[in-house]
Amino acid sequence: MFRNVAELVELAESEGIQISEVMIRQEMKVKEMSREDVFAQMERNLDVMEKAVEDGLKGVKSVSGLTGGDAVLIQNYMKNHTPLSGNLMMDAVSKAVATNEVNAAMGTICATPTAGSAGCVPGTLFAVKNQLNPTREQMVRYLFTSGAFGFVVANNASISGAAGGCQAEVGSAAGMAAAAIVEMAGGTPSQSAEAMAITLKNMLGLICDPVAGLVEVPCVKRNAMGASNAVVAADMALAGVTSRIPCDEVIDAMYQVGQRMPVAFRETAQGGLAATPTGRELEAKIYGISLKKE
Amino acid sequence: MKYRSVFDIIGPVMIGPSSSHTAGAARIGRAARHLFGREPKYAHVHLYGSFAKTYKGHGTDVAIIGGLLDYDTDDTRISQALETARKNGMKVRFHEEDAHTDHPNTARLKIGDDDGELELVGISIGGGKAEITELNGFELRLSGSHPAILLIHNDRYGAIASSTAILAKHEINIGRMEVSRKAQGEQALMVIEVDQNISDSVLNELERADHITQVAKISD
Repeated sequence: MFRNVAELVELAESEGIQISEVMIRQEMKVKEMSREDVFAQMERNLDVMEKAVEDGLKGVKSVSGLTGGDAVLIQNYMKNHTPLSGNLMMDAVSKAVATNEVNAAMGTICATPTAGSAGCVPGTLFAVKNQLNPTREQMVRYLFTSGAFGFVVANNASISGAAGGCQAEVGSAAGMAAAAIVEMAGGTPSQSAEAMAITLKNMLGLICDPVAGLVEVPCVKRNAMGASNAVVAADMALAGVTSRIPCDEVIDAMYQVGQRMPVAFRETAQGGLAATPTGRELEAKIYGISLKKE
Repeated sequence: MKYRSVFDIIGPVMIGPSSSHTAGAARIGRAARHLFGREPKYAHVHLYGSFAKTYKGHGTDVAIIGGLLDYDTDDTRISQALETARKNGMKVRFHEEDAHTDHPNTARLKIGDDDGELELVGISIGGGKAEITELNGFELRLSGSHPAILLIHNDRYGAIASSTAILAKHEINIGRMEVSRKAQGEQALMVIEVDQNISDSVLNELERADHITQVAKISD
């Protein structure tokens, strides 16, 4: 079993296999499942992600009314304009937003690695897909590669906003996506690790400050930015740019930052955007006086 | 290692909006339901830390009750769980606690009916994964790295032998085992960590073993 990114990359490179293959083989061993069963289970998750993006692009609205409809706005904009940041980028952003809008509306999603950060991995996948034309198998592999990096973060740091802030959720998700894009684009396992490191470095310190405690503001847009961060970092890694701080040390730094983060910034709706005048006003409006916190 | 499977990371498939506050909460409720063995008539849910501060926005309340109704994380009936519980005659109360706990997402559930009561503490550690840290006053020390079976039993001779014999028959190896009891001859708890997943048929067989009163599986 690999315990960190260095071991994961070493396993892949010494055997001449992809990161996704290392993850598949480990899963078969741990769960005592056949390759077909492991693959089929992941493909069902892919189907859920695909459906969530579809639903989100049709337009959904959350119960609170705080989020919904932005994915449609972006897609419409792309039909009439050439986005300044490029079509692939805005496609990834809109599909990440779509997923999290469905999540906020209590729709069905696949946590990657969490529900609040469920947009980054599928958002990038379904955008990159249009340019790279992967097979269905490569799309499933994308999820195993993401999962391999998420597995290391979850075991060595945290993927919980309440424990480590948003850096642990959207930060991890964006890093996982970056690593998977690299593999799908033909990069090496160590380039995947570089992409993960570059992404996570730029998410360090991100707090979890949901308005009214809802997974809506700013979570949906944080996924948009997480997805874009992943695409940029993947391109940088594919270009040969490396992180001066190794990926495992970045993950450890993320953990340390999370440990020292005040409780107000860890999913308690007591600080950051949740504590702004508008954030408080929205909270009061949503819950009404009868539900106001004592 | 707390997370063993790639599907802990890419998954679970679930109803939004939060893996820790909705899916993980549902799993804590469902673990309590399975340990209790039937739908309870009442449920006192004490919420701590981030759970206490944000449970309404995250649907933590409906998720825990959904779990008590035996719903899985992707069951769309979760959103109506409070109404369903009321219709079924389950009395539900939520308590927001200020006390500091080791983990920010902690819930203490007291559930029961005329025939019995169960008290359980669960924590939601992220990505939908939950751990049970206390059961009926017994502190659980699960490594989390292996599947575990919890057996509530009467403190009598033969209880341990009969359950381990069933595991041996199915060629299931025990990695770690712990037995504790409240007092001589009273309620006792066996925690058995095993190397492989346990099927429902094995659990059913354990439930019928001598002196065993309740059986549940933790993590898979």
